[in-house]
Parts: sequence; C-alpha cells; structure tokens
Amino acid sequence: MLAIFKREIFTNLGTLTGLVVSILFLTITGLFLWVFPESSLLEGGYASLQGFFDLAPWTFLFLIPATTMRLFSEEKRNGTLEILLTKPLRDWDLILGKYFSVLVLLLIALIPTLFYYYTLVELGFPRGNIDHGAVWGSYLGLFLLGCSFSSIGLFCSSLSSSQIIGFLSGAALCFLCFTGFDSISKIPLFSYWDSSLINLGIQAHYESISRGVLDTRDLLYFISISTLFLYFTKLILESRKW
Amino acid sequence: MSIVVQDLVKFYGKHKALDSISFTAEKGKILGFLGPNGAGKSTTMKIITGYLPSNSGKILVSGVNIEEDSLKARSLIGYLPENNPLYPDMYIQEFLGFIAEIYKVKNKNNSAQRVMEETGLMGMRNKKIGQLSKGYKQRVGLAQALIGNPEILILDEPTSGLDPNQLNEIRQLILSLGKEKTVLLSTHIMQEVQFLCDQVVILNKGKIVANDSVSSIMKDFSSRIEYLVEFNLEIDLDEIKRLENVLDVKLVGKSGDSFTYSILSSQEEEIREKLFDFAVKKNRILLGLKKTDTDLTEIFQSLTQS
Repeated sequence: MLAIFKREIFTNLGTLTGLVVSILFLTITGLFLWVFPESSLLEGGYASLQGFFDLAPWTFLFLIPATTMRLFSEEKRNGTLEILLTKPLRDWDLILGKYFSVLVLLLIALIPTLFYYYTLVELGFPRGNIDHGAVWGSYLGLFLLGCSFSSIGLFCSSLSSSQIIGFLSGAALCFLCFTGFDSISKIPLFSYWDSSLINLGIQAHYESISRGVLDTRDLLYFISISTLFLYFTKLILESRKW
Repeated sequence: MSIVVQDLVKFYGKHKALDSISFTAEKGKILGFLGPNGAGKSTTMKIITGYLPSNSGKILVSGVNIEEDSLKARSLIGYLPENNPLYPDMYIQEFLGFIAEIYKVKNKNNSAQRVMEETGLMGMRNKKIGQLSKGYKQRVGLAQALIGNPEILILDEPTSGLDPNQLNEIRQLILSLGKEKTVLLSTHIMQEVQFLCDQVVILNKGKIVANDSVSSIMKDFSSRIEYLVEFNLEIDLDEIKRLENVLDVKLVGKSGDSFTYSILSSQEEEIREKLFDFAVKKNRILLGLKKTDTDLTEIFQSLTQS
C-alpha cells in the first residue's frame, strides 16, 4: 500500500495537480470570504467562518472528482492496472494507497485555510471572540465530507477508462449524495419519509457536525459512506473475475 | 520452480476460450507458447499470473496453488503483459524502484540497478519512460518483470517492436535467464521459438495441438516432405494423388503457362522420379521441381489452419 501511496503523492506533486487544486480551492474560497462584497467577512461584522464552511463543500464537489478521476481510469487506459494486479499486492493495498493519497491532498488544501481562522481570531472584538467549537467541528465535518467525496470519486474513476466519465459521474454522484436526498425529501410524494431521506444525505450530517457537537451517528455515517464506496471500488476491480 | 497447468478451462460468456489444457513448464527451460490470435495464449498467461480466474482446473506455481495463495504465487512471478503497459510520466529508475517497493525488496535502488544493467538501461535510467523508443520501452517492461528476482518469468511477446540488434540482445538475455528460471513466453516469430525454446506448446482455438520439444515436433513433421512442382499445363489432381506415397496435392500458383503444385509425400520413398515419369506420360513439361524442408512455420500453419 505504501508503494502505491507514495507513487500517487509524487505523481500529484510532480504533475502539479495538488498545487493547482490547493490554489483553486484557496482562490475561490478566498475571493468569496474576503473580496466579494456580498459575502465578505469584513463587510458582515461577525467573526464567523460559516460562509467558508457553506462554500467549501460546493468547491469540493468539483475539485475532488477532478483529483480522483485519473486514479483508476488512467491505469485502465494505459493497461498498467494489469501490471499492478499481477504483482504481490492486495486489491485493498491498491485502493487504500490511492485513497489516502487523495486525503493528503485534501489536507494540503485545507491546512492553509487555518489562516482564515487565525485572521478571524485576531479580528474578533474582543480578540478571540469566535465560536471555536463550531469552527473545529466544521473543519472535522469538512474533512469527513472530503473523505466521502474522495471515496465516491475513486469509485467513479474505477468505472471506466475515460477520465471525463470518471469526473462527470464523480461530480454528479457527489452532488446527489450531498444535496440530492434533501431535494428528494421535498417532493410531496416522499413527504412521509422526509426526515429519513434527509438523513441519508451528506449535507444533514455535515451541518450537524458543523454546529460543533460531535455525534457518533454523524461520525458513523461518514465512515460508512467512505467504506461503502471503497468497497464498491473493490467490487469493480474484482469484476474482471466475474 | 515450475509451472503446472492442469485441465484449465476458461469461458468468456458462452465462448470456451480454453478447453481443458494441461502442460508443465520446468525450471531451467524456456517454454514457447504459440498459437494464432485468439487461440488463448494471453488468457492462459493472465490466469497463471492471477489476473483472471479460470472456470476450472488447477495451476501450481512452484508448488503454490494460484487460487489458494494468489499473493504468494504472484510474488514468485515476473510478468511482462501483452502491449507492455508502462507509466509514461515516470523515470525509468523511479518506476523500477516503485516495482521493487511493491515486491518489498530490501534495497530497491540496488535491485533497480541490477535489472537496468541486465537489460542495458543504465545509460537511460534518468529518462522518462514516455520519451523512450519502443525497443527501450520493451526493455523497461522486461526489467520490471525481473525485479525481485522471480523464479518464474511469463513474457507475452517480449520481443515485439525491437530492431534486429535489440532483438538479438533481448533474445540472449532471455536465453541466459532461461538457464536458471522457468520461462514461459509467447511469440508469433517461429525463428524465435527455434532459437530460444526447449519446449513448444501450440494452442489452437483453446486446445493444445502440440506439446513437445522443438526437435521432437520437427522430427514428427519431417516424416512428410513437400515438393513444389511446376508444369506447363494444368494437371488432374486425382491422377497425381493416385501415385504411390503421395499424401496430398494442391495448386499453389498459376502464372501464364505455368502451374505450380504443392505435393506432400511420405518420407519412405523418393517420388521425384515418379513425378518425372508422370509428366512424360501426360505430355506435360516439367518446368521445375523443388524439395522443400519443413520448418516450424509450416508445422504451425498445418496445426492451426483447421
């Protein structure tokens, strides 16, 4: 697993994918948080990072599938998957090696945003007047949401040898899992099951964690979503044997 | 240190790609795997390397059952797949180091260096794989198969795309590797089989049609002799067939006033004199008569064109 993890990390850094993803993420969130007047924290008058945590999942919807789209589809297109799967490697080594490399990229993108937090702490009146629990809860929620999107993206990348299909299906499935169930619950036909449907979506659990209250149900939900899509990825890899 | 394949059956949907094939590749020998496209060569190799499962049958790699302990079996195999897939964005040394890390080789740099020396890649080690010529890429593919010093080498068309000089170097390398390892290679080049292989398995439509040493196969087929005979007029094929020791006749060429026939005879008796008499008797002029030696290409064709 370590060999795969290291190769993916070096490939991401070598091809500047990691840097581009981080810069794009910081640029988009930075513009909305500090520059655009409608959403600027400086205009709002409250020391809150809520705007950032509302916006970040939507940028992840595109940036994470863009990072994961090549992970398996490129191996399939080049035929190198055959090399890897005939080496003394378990399918899980391959999947987790790639998955953890995406999580490292996710952290690389998230860590610089702590600067926003620091700035707000400094700008607060009195200094440090900010809901620290909500911020750290939201960071954890955002990371767990990124973990879920990464496993969905990895799964979609394993579906085809086309990176475009990997990206589009990844973005669509992330969107569906994030907000789709919430939208479906609003259809009158499903009104009876609305709370169950809302709880199936990532958004409800993300918002719950973002309040700064750690609920094991939310943690379990995120772990389950990631595990489920990683398991689906394994099934796709094994489908050559069916 | 051998490969034992027993009653291997593989279906793709309803199509039977492998029909109960069995063979053994022994240590210190090179086994050539021959067959027309779609005969099942690559499928067999993919099953032996654990990439595809079989529907039934058993494969032992150095005594390890590939189905029961796939990981252990795969650690004993070096595999060069068909079309030689590689990472074009990686440097040669980096790629070989990556493969060495997968095999958990203790000193991956030494291991990479050893295989680069063996395959003549030392001068290129800091080049990106995507920048290499096809011949050098083929060497990289072979080098990655040698990482971890595997007991068994499975090479799917290892010399495709090489120029004559590279071809010779890689053949010499395979020959030297074959002295201490079990090598299973597939190829379409018959001279390669004659040059490299101790044993030949010929597959056709998923079945083994020949499995013997190259010399035994050549000997069996040399019991038939082919004559190329050229007459000035067409002849009746049935009349020729009635001559003693003639096994088969067919028209193989026709140009202007010349008709060329391929006549197969058994080895026991010389038929050239009879052919000459036949021409005189039928008022034909014998324009040419040539006895041809059977080579492995003809054996391959006669076994697989059914």
